[in-house]
Order: sequence, then structure tokens, then C-alpha cells
Amino acid sequence: MKWDEFFVTGDPMIYGADVSIVLTMVGILFYLTKYKKWKWLWDEWLTTVDHKKLGIMYIVSAVLMLFRGGVDALLMRTQLAVPEAKFLDSQHYNEIFTTHGTIMIIFMAMPFLIGLINVVVPLQIGARDVAYPYLNAVSFWTFFIGAMLFNISFVIGGSPSAGWTSYMPLASNELSPGPGQNYYLLGLQIAGIGTLLTGINFLVTILKMRAPGMTLFRMPMFTWSSLVTMVIIIFAFPILTVALALMTFDRLFGSHFFTLQGAGMDMLWANLFWLWGHPEVYIVILPAFGMFSEIISTFSRKTLFGYKAMIWSMLLIAGYSFLVWVHHFFTMGSGALVNSVFSITTMAIGIPTGVKIFNWLFTMYRGKIQFTTPMLWSLGFIVNFVIGGVTGVMLAMAAADYQYHNTYFLVSHFHYVLIAGTVFACFAGLIYWYPKMFGYKLNERIGKWVFWIFTIGFNVCFFPQYFLGLDGMPRRVYTYSEESGWGPLNMVSTIGGFMMGIAFLVLVYNMYYSFRFAKRELTGDAWDGRTLEWSTPSAMPPFYNFAKIPEVTGLDHFWRQKQAGKVEKLTANELKPIHMPSNSGVPFIMASFFFVAGFGMVFDWMWMAIVGLIGVFGTLIYRSFEYDDGYYVSVEEIIETEKISK
Amino acid sequence: MAHAETHDPNTPLEYRSEIGRLNILGFWIFLGAEIALFATLFATYMVLTHRIADGPALGELFEVKSLLIQTFLLLTSSFTCGLAVHEMRRHNVKGLITWMAVTLGLGLGFLYFEIQEFLHFIHEGANIGTSAAWSGFFVLVGTHGAHVTFGIFWVTMVLIQVAKRGLTPATSAKVFITSLYWHFLDVVWIFIFTAVYLMGMVTHHG
Ligand code: HEM
Ligand SMILES: [Cu+2]
Repeated sequence: MKWDEFFVTGDPMIYGADVSIVLTMVGILFYLTKYKKWKWLWDEWLTTVDHKKLGIMYIVSAVLMLFRGGVDALLMRTQLAVPEAKFLDSQHYNEIFTTHGTIMIIFMAMPFLIGLINVVVPLQIGARDVAYPYLNAVSFWTFFIGAMLFNISFVIGGSPSAGWTSYMPLASNELSPGPGQNYYLLGLQIAGIGTLLTGINFLVTILKMRAPGMTLFRMPMFTWSSLVTMVIIIFAFPILTVALALMTFDRLFGSHFFTLQGAGMDMLWANLFWLWGHPEVYIVILPAFGMFSEIISTFSRKTLFGYKAMIWSMLLIAGYSFLVWVHHFFTMGSGALVNSVFSITTMAIGIPTGVKIFNWLFTMYRGKIQFTTPMLWSLGFIVNFVIGGVTGVMLAMAAADYQYHNTYFLVSHFHYVLIAGTVFACFAGLIYWYPKMFGYKLNERIGKWVFWIFTIGFNVCFFPQYFLGLDGMPRRVYTYSEESGWGPLNMVSTIGGFMMGIAFLVLVYNMYYSFRFAKRELTGDAWDGRTLEWSTPSAMPPFYNFAKIPEVTGLDHFWRQKQAGKVEKLTANELKPIHMPSNSGVPFIMASFFFVAGFGMVFDWMWMAIVGLIGVFGTLIYRSFEYDDGYYVSVEEIIETEKISK
Repeated sequence: MAHAETHDPNTPLEYRSEIGRLNILGFWIFLGAEIALFATLFATYMVLTHRIADGPALGELFEVKSLLIQTFLLLTSSFTCGLAVHEMRRHNVKGLITWMAVTLGLGLGFLYFEIQEFLHFIHEGANIGTSAAWSGFFVLVGTHGAHVTFGIFWVTMVLIQVAKRGLTPATSAKVFITSLYWHFLDVVWIFIFTAVYLMGMVTHHG
């Protein structure tokens, strides 16, 4: 292999990216060295097993990925703004929609939600930690390394270009030569390991680590949604693991699972991909539903309406999510009967979803609504998500889908559900729990600007796309002719896209501004909240969460205690030493070996893959022989942390 | 993380510490994910099994003798693994290690015959690239074989720990978890035995 095959060359934008990557790296190294931050970075972050810190790292990574995916989106929209544009060539366009879709779903939406789950769920159930803190760190680092491996494809070797769905035979060696598609396979595979481990970890955490008195039907809705999500993860991710592995075998070792030669079956890929891919959609929407439930109930000052109906509808959705995958290829020859069955199951999902929407509306009905930024995002969610849902039912009609399939109608639909559902929820949840994570609120006035610019931009961007789609503009085209008449609406759409970009920048500015100027929260209860995470006396809970584990007597326990004026004050004599796990550098090192192994496989350098895998097993063995029972936090230290006067 | 330990003598050692109980539960759930993984591989194999292109049919090359030896070795190893856990419950470290060593030996034997069989198939002109059906076969059966290999290393590591530290709530939980893993491999093999080998031979000869 020659150097110019290894480093992507030829495009001035990529040289620009090379330079900025190198400069950023040098900048970070310089900063860490100059201010002697290496030890701090290692001790406080790289080796941490604290679920709150891991959650924050997930969120920071997800915001960076939102930036990268967003730049991809704006490049695409720039190219599509006018007919016959020459801004990007077709190959580059293909690479960008592929990395955009993959990054947004796998490396932005899911980690963002998992990050919030990490921070919040243990606090909501009154636990000191998750069930497996060490495994939690492994999950984070494998996700992070998988994401990095996928991202460097852009400058080293070339990006995948077969779409985030990677249909065969398009993704085969013949039609997608070079390492790009391997990056997709390995990056997702490594990150997927982490997701599965998170699934197991939080399922056990929620089942086993709840504070006394917190029965299943007293759990906050966000915890419930996380529980259901974890079950979906545990059954869906192994399917992805297998699908990716089989395609890796096809590409690297000459097997014939999905190839056209050797009697392989390309539709098998489509089935496996969506058998995972559809549940994946619910993996990113259910936690969002949970967050909106919390936020709407908090800022309506009312208990959530239809608590049990919410739970049952979520369980139904989870079950259904495995039964509808074929609606992604109605047009690929499954036959009328199969199409009808999947058409009906798909529409059936609308029912429990509708139940949830009505429950949110009833929660607000006669409530004392406070229009805080998290609440604004939640209200915006309801309106826009309904648009996405209605067009989804339109797509679910198999016969009609022959018209919309693979057009901008679909692109618009899934952005209405993914952005209005998941992204709005990520923003809402981030702002809502920001004071818990950092000890101060984000500025509300700037926050409202972000909301309005983003929401208006979002509609300006995606609403015209429904009409473009009905007018026949296909998805994944890199340019179109003047005569098609699609020019004006595309220009509108692009303007909307840039408005969202601006809103993102204002959000980042808000983080900076609030860091500098926001009033620090002293109590832990920034919004007059209802659930246990607001009951820790300090704004940022200490690493052990609760000095004394709360005893729960019902739904919204903390809220009812406050209403009754019965919030207990902590006293020194009821404290006991707290057992906590020790930090460990092994997860980080193990993930680094995964990187080596993955990189070797991407380039088909088997010696390197083997070195990496030996490293992975070596770290596993090392850990197995390590008998670290953690340590105890002494009562004196707790007294000092909690500032209890003796 | 609470650190409660139960001292009730009726509770098996591996369930005495909170961490042991959590790990065992987590491992059961992991096995749920493994079921999803193997189910996907089985489904793949099933839809590809007759897609043989120009290569040999699967059943054409299967041999009863090797199959029976492999099955016998693996099923017996599951039994001896059960004996090992039984000895552990009686706090008999020596018994535990002996029976586990037998289990490992049987597992190695199984692997030996499986590899021989694979080499034989390759010799007869059927490898992973021959046809979709053979790709499905090698990956499904190979994944099981890789699990057995991993299991052999894992059990060995755990045995070393038992030898070094004796039976504690921590080491016994590890032994117990590896034993669950081992039995699981046995169950998967029974499915492979039926769905792959028996059905392959029946459809070929019948
Ligand atoms: C700033 C907001 C966004 C804009 C302007 C945007 C724009 C686009 C565009 C132009 C395409 C390509 C359409 C085509 O050529 O076929 C696309 C595809 C896609 N987007 Fe977005 N997007 C945004 C946010 C998101 C988010 C937040 C997600 C997921 C959580 C997402 C998921 C996807 C997926 C899965 C595809 C399909 C990729 C493919 O066709 O393979 N997008 N988006
Ligand atoms: Cu779907």
C-alpha cells in the first residue's frame, strides 16, 4: 500500500481537516503539558468508574459527534441548495451521507441518551452506583474507541460510502473497494460491545439496586423507559453483532453470506440489518419519551397522568419493535401477504404511541405550567413528533409506500421523529439535568433563543422535503437538474439547515456563558423536582451519591415529602462507612487494544489485528486476576463532604 | 455498592456476597444475549443451507462417527463440570479441580475432533468460501468452537485462582459462572447436532 492510498488526498477540504486535526491534537497536548494536567486527566477521568463522570464523558463525546454529523449535514445541504451544484463530487457526497447517518444514530443519539441514563438513573433509584462500575467504564471506552475508529476513516484510507444501511451488494468488495466499508463494520462492532454491556449493566442495576421501598411501580418514568430500552438492547444488539461479523467475513475472508456469487443472499443482509435497525429506532426514542414524561410532570406541577398506561404502552412498543422490520423494504419483492402483515403491525405501533401523547396532554391539563427551556423543548417535541408520526403511518401503508419509498418524503419523516423526538429530548434532558451535573443552570434567556432558532430552522429545513418527496425527488442523490423544478424548495431547506447550525453554536455559547456567569446552585433541587435525584443536598452529588440511602414510600416520594414539609435532614450519627469501587486504567487500555485490532482488520493487516486481540485478552486476564475489593469512605469524610455540623 | 455478606451456612458460597449474586444474575442475562446471537446464526444457517452453488451438499460430507465422538465428549464434559460444582459445594477444592481438569480434557478432545473434521471438509473441497451454505456452516459451528476454546482458557484461569486463593465467595462465584457457560455450550451443541448434522444427513440421504 502506498502512502497516498493510506492518507486521503486530493480534496482541499480534507487537507483543511488534516491540518485542523493536527493543530487540535498539538493544542491539547500543549495545554495538558503546560498546565500539568496529565495526572489530573488520568486520575479524574480516564480511569474513573463513577457513573456520573462516565455519563458526562458520554455526553461530551456525543456533542462532539453532533458537531461532526452536523457539519456533514450542512455540506450535503450546501451541495443540494441549487441544481447542478459542483460543490461536492458524487463519491464525496456518498461518503458524507453515509457517515452522517451512521454517526448521528450510533455515535450521537445513542451515546447522548446513554450518557443521561448514566448520570440520572442511579440517582433516581436511590443507588450509590451501578451494578458493575468497572464494566461501565469498559462500555464507555469501547464506544469511544469505536467512534474514533469510524471517524478517522475520513482522513486515513477513505470513508464508507454505501449508506448507513450498507446494503449488499453495494457494500461488497467489488462495489465498495478499499477500507471504507471495513471502518463501518469494525467501528460499529467495537462500539456495539459496549452497548450490549451497558444493556446488561443497567438492567441489573435497575432490577437490583433500587432503594428500599422503591417497587417497580414506584420507579420514575425515565428509569422505566431505560429499563425497557435495556431489554431491547440485550435482544437487538447480538443481531447486529452477527450481521456485521458476517459481512466482515464476506469482505475479508471470502465467505458468501450476502454476495451475489456462491449463492449468497443479499436480502439476508437487509433482513438482519433491520431486525436490529428497527428496534434501534426505539432504543433512541423510548428514553426520550421517559425524559419528556419527567419534564412535563415537573413543570406542570402534577403527577404524570396515566402512569401505568405509560408503562404498558412502552412494553407493547418494545415487543412490537421486533415485529415490523420488513416495512423498510416493502418494495423489494416480499409479496402482498408479507407486506400486508408488516403494514398492519407497523400501524399498530401508532396506538400505544398515541396513548403516550394523550397522557402527556392530560398531565398538562389544569397543571400550573412553567415555560422553562426544558419544558419548551418538550412542548415542541409533542407538536413536531406528531407530524413525524402521522407521516409515518402514511409510510406504513405498503401500497402507498411504492410512491414514497426512497424519496425525500422518507428523509423528512425520519428527521421529524429523530430530531423532534431524540434530539429535542437530548437538549431538554441536558438542560434539565445540567445543574445536577455541573452545579449551575444554563442561561434561560439564551436557551430560549436556541429553542426558537432551532425549531423554526428545523421546520424550514424538513417541511419542504415532504413536498420534494411527493414530487419525486429521490433520497441520496447528489444533484438534480434545473428542469426538475426542485431548486426553490431545496434552497429553503438549506436555509433551515443552517439555522439549526446557528442554534447549535448558540447552545455552545450558552454553555460557555453560563459557565462564566450563571449563579451557582447551592441546593440540589434546582427546579423544585419530584424524583430522588433532586434530593441530594448538594448541587453536584458527591461520588457516592447518597450519604444515607433514602427509603421510598410511593411515586414521587421526594415531592410528597416536600409538600408535607417532612424532608429529613441528615445527621452525623446515622452515617455509616460507604463501600466504593476503586478506579481502574484497565478499561481504557483494553479499549486501546481494541483500536489496534480494529485498525489492523480495516486494512487487512492481520499481524496487527492479532497483536490487538492478544492485548484485549491480556487485559481481560489481567483483570480476572486482580482482586480489588474497592475501599470504604470513612464517616469523617462523609461528614466533611456533606458539610454536616456535628 | 453494598457489601453485605450472608453467613447462613445453607447459602452456597457463590451466593454469599452481594457482588457474587449480582455477577451471577448479570451472567444469566448475558446468556440471554448469547441466545439471541446463536438464534441469529441458526436462522442464517437455515436460510442458506440449500444454497450450495457448485459445491458439495452439506450432508454429503458429514460423518456419523466423528459427530458421535464430538457429541459424546461434550455431553460428558458437561456432566463432569456438574460434578466439579458439586464438589465445590462440599468445599472439596481438590475434587473441584480434578473434575474441572477432566472437563477441560474432554473439551480439548472435542476441539481436536472438530478441527479434524473441519480439515477433512476443507480437504474434500468445502471451505468457508465454497458456497453460502458452507459459509453458514463454518461460521455457526465455528462460533460454537470458538466459544469452547474461550471457555477452556477461562476455566483454566479460574482454576489457577482457586488453587492460589482457595474457595472464597469471589472465586466460587467465578467457578459457578464458568460452569453456567459450559452447560450453555452443551445446550447449543444439542441444537447444532439436530439442526445442522441430523437434518443435513437426513435431507441428503432421505
Ligand atoms: C442539523 C440537522 C440535520 C440535517 C440538516 C440533516 C440532513 C440530512 C440530509 C441532507 C440527509 C441526506 C439525504 C440524502 O441525500 O438522501 C440526511 C440523511 C440522514 N440523516 Fe440527517 N440531518 C440532520 C440531523 C439528523 C439527526 C439528528 C439524525 C439521527 C438522529 C439524522 C439521521 C439521518 C439518517 C439515518 C440519514 C440517512 C442516511 C442515508 O441515507 O444513508 N439526521 N440528513
Ligand atoms: Cu422501522
